[in-house]
Amino acid sequence: MTATRRDFLKIAAAAGGGLLLGFNWAESEAATTVVNAAGAAAAPGVGFNSYLSISPQGIITILSPNPEVGQGIKTAFPIIVAEELDADWTKVVVEQAPLDTKKFERQVAGGSGSIPHSWERLRKAGATARQMLTEAAAKRWNVPAAECTTDKGYVLHTASKRKLSYGELATEASQLAVPASVKLKDPNDFKLIGTTIKNVDNPKILTGKPLFGLDFYREGMLFAMIQRPAFGYKLKSVDSAAVKAMSGIVDVVTYDNNVAVVGKSTWQVKKAKDALKIEWEKADNLESSTDHDRLFKELLDKKEATVRRKDGDVDAAFKSAAKVVSAEFQCPFLPHSPLEPMNFFAHVRPDGVELVGPTQTPELARNETAKLLGISPDKVTVQLTRMGGGFGRRLKADYVIEAVQVSKLVNAPVKLIWTREDDMTGGSYRPAVRYRFEAALDAQGNMVGYKLRGVGINSGNSTREDNFPAGAVENLLIDSVEHKSPITTGAWRAPITNFLAFAEQSFLDEVAQAAGKDPVQFRLDLLAKAKQKPTGAIKYDIDRMRGVIELAAEKAQWGKKKGVSQGFSVYFSHRSYVAQIGEVVMKQGKPVLQKVYAAADCGVVINQSGARQQITGCIVDGIGHAMYGNLTFKDGVPEQKNYDTYRLIRLSEIPQVEVHFVQNTIDPTGLGEPALPPAGAAVANAIFKATGKRLRNQPFVEEDVFKGVS
Amino acid sequence: MSLFKLKINGRDYQADVDPDTPLLWVLRDNFGLVGTKYGCGIAQCGACTVHLNGEAVRSCVMPVSAIGTGKVTTIEGLSKDGTHPVQQAWNEVDVPQCGYCQAGQIMTAAALLKRTPKPTMEQIDATMTGNLCRCGTYHRIREAVKVASTKGVK
Ligand code: FES
Ligand code: FES
Repeated sequence: MTATRRDFLKIAAAAGGGLLLGFNWAESEAATTVVNAAGAAAAPGVGFNSYLSISPQGIITILSPNPEVGQGIKTAFPIIVAEELDADWTKVVVEQAPLDTKKFERQVAGGSGSIPHSWERLRKAGATARQMLTEAAAKRWNVPAAECTTDKGYVLHTASKRKLSYGELATEASQLAVPASVKLKDPNDFKLIGTTIKNVDNPKILTGKPLFGLDFYREGMLFAMIQRPAFGYKLKSVDSAAVKAMSGIVDVVTYDNNVAVVGKSTWQVKKAKDALKIEWEKADNLESSTDHDRLFKELLDKKEATVRRKDGDVDAAFKSAAKVVSAEFQCPFLPHSPLEPMNFFAHVRPDGVELVGPTQTPELARNETAKLLGISPDKVTVQLTRMGGGFGRRLKADYVIEAVQVSKLVNAPVKLIWTREDDMTGGSYRPAVRYRFEAALDAQGNMVGYKLRGVGINSGNSTREDNFPAGAVENLLIDSVEHKSPITTGAWRAPITNFLAFAEQSFLDEVAQAAGKDPVQFRLDLLAKAKQKPTGAIKYDIDRMRGVIELAAEKAQWGKKKGVSQGFSVYFSHRSYVAQIGEVVMKQGKPVLQKVYAAADCGVVINQSGARQQITGCIVDGIGHAMYGNLTFKDGVPEQKNYDTYRLIRLSEIPQVEVHFVQNTIDPTGLGEPALPPAGAAVANAIFKATGKRLRNQPFVEEDVFKGVS
Repeated sequence: MSLFKLKINGRDYQADVDPDTPLLWVLRDNFGLVGTKYGCGIAQCGACTVHLNGEAVRSCVMPVSAIGTGKVTTIEGLSKDGTHPVQQAWNEVDVPQCGYCQAGQIMTAAALLKRTPKPTMEQIDATMTGNLCRCGTYHRIREAVKVASTKGVK
């Protein structure tokens, strides 16, 4: 990723003076109008491409184009720009940009991919401005630019003890040519990057200011809710006469298989929706979770499967094996259940469409709207709000399109709201998946053969065939089978790896045990083999994986502690490396998870506060769903509808978490997902150590070792 | 529909709504006090927590007709300018991830500290465990309550 001159789109004197520097934030993530703790009136000149501007008062405004979903990008991006600019962080103001595909590239929040893609671009943006400010000062002082330095919003000429603020220099700097090349800092000289910086939205979040989609209000807008069919059903008839007469109800409209209630307040609409009399008819196979259990067993034994990776000759390896280890692992569907349910504002007018709300993919929302209405995408505007979590759910635009449909049908501005029950039952879920692993050991306990089959419901490829230990085993076969179902699925935080990592890392623990080897040493030996004698392509960095393994083992004093049972797990996903060690003690005959150590290698850590919370939050999320998360179906209808029956982890149930980072100057990678996948196995392997029982199915709470534990 | 007069954050409000309307929706839809959040509607998540006469209550299951002359405090009225010790502590510890649950967390913590200025770890856990945070900021919530307890909540 190299920023080119083409990225610096525009330079101009801002209205009222000041420097405006345009650049493309390719592949960013994060958004929402927000001002950091300095408060400060916004600098003039808003309305260019993605840019940074400096006002004559020295206020630095950074426009943030991408959706903020809690991953902290809205704080992290400006830190990178401010670092290379040598800005005074207390003078930085961050503002949310609307969707604008002409000015920005890929306004998306997803895949932990924004930081790696934008790192160099953002640095160059800051460095370019700094260089221009330096040149402006050098000109004024009539000294060589090389004699000038910068610090906290000032250009300094130490020899003559002179200094000028960025605000004073902004207008002059803006008249200079954009330099063709700029020098970036040595990461060892970073002053801001790697420090602890608070969420730029704290002042608004902590005082209850309107920030989120659900908070958006437009004079004259109507509220809407939709009754959707369960999976596999079709709308037969609806009797809405009584509902239309209820107080505050404006209309009841039907489209496709949906019945939408539109009215003047959320509560009136909710009551009316609950009172609808609807007849549904069976349209498809009505699936139940019990059918899926049976189905998985059939698919695991199926002859035909899609081969994902094949190295060596597995049949021969298993035939001559001294020992064969096998195990199966299964997970249920999970709703994303971000705490802010799906919602969106839409106003379909004759001249275009206005959309406002929480989305991880505003461009998709716009394009699907244009397609639905048969209009040009440039007739659709999208304003981004901060999101009350997403976890992948808001990568889809289904709820945006619903708002558009209803607005069009009732010819009014509409805010569409999903209740929690709608969110849990009408959603798109983490696919249910089952894995079968087999390992062949030779007489010395070396793993010489490895087989994995993944079967899943609307899961696509349920394996990640190039993951460790691929590359370290001479004979390997990884394949998958997918079952198509009316139950909709979608990307759920750390797609596929959120459960696959648990299965793989639990299985490796079982293999190590069968081979009579220490689980950490077993993995290190495999890595050493991958390095010395690689088999096929290796798509992970062996040294970085070894680095996190060793750091975690050192910090947790692996194998040296008395009185606790430790379990190990390591995973490379979404470009970062994370090793975890869980520690379990027995209390009244039941395992209690006391602590999790995490060692992460995500390259340069941009913000200690944000990075530590992402790791900790991922661990809480990973453990919580592994322990309790379970969404089951009966004839196409989800059996859990709200948090009374669908259990999320709570504060009293969290272990201590200790986070360590590998110190290096490698370009940074994202942290929104990578610490989640390894969490489940660190816990399960520790529980095995403590109880001798393997946990192979999620949620753990329904397994024998936890029976009787509330 | 009936007319309800409410005392919220020291000010007088009135709304013409169905008597069974939860306080949550009156705050949000009628008064524009959107800091109080909807998460579940069935008293499970705590996102909608406000104070009624100083006690933390779940506004999603509190019909407006049950408020009477009770004094309601929402996140917007906890302090004039975000300087309540709990808000300060939340910023110092940098608790929010997505931030959606945090108003409810803060209101729950503020009510706890008013009743119990120096809570034990067990008391903090027992109270705060009623509020869900889907992002998993629980460690920081715990820490921030401790920090706030050193600041003197009135
Ligand atoms: S919205 Fe009231 S407790 Fe969840
Ligand atoms: S910070 Fe996102 S739900 Fe708590």
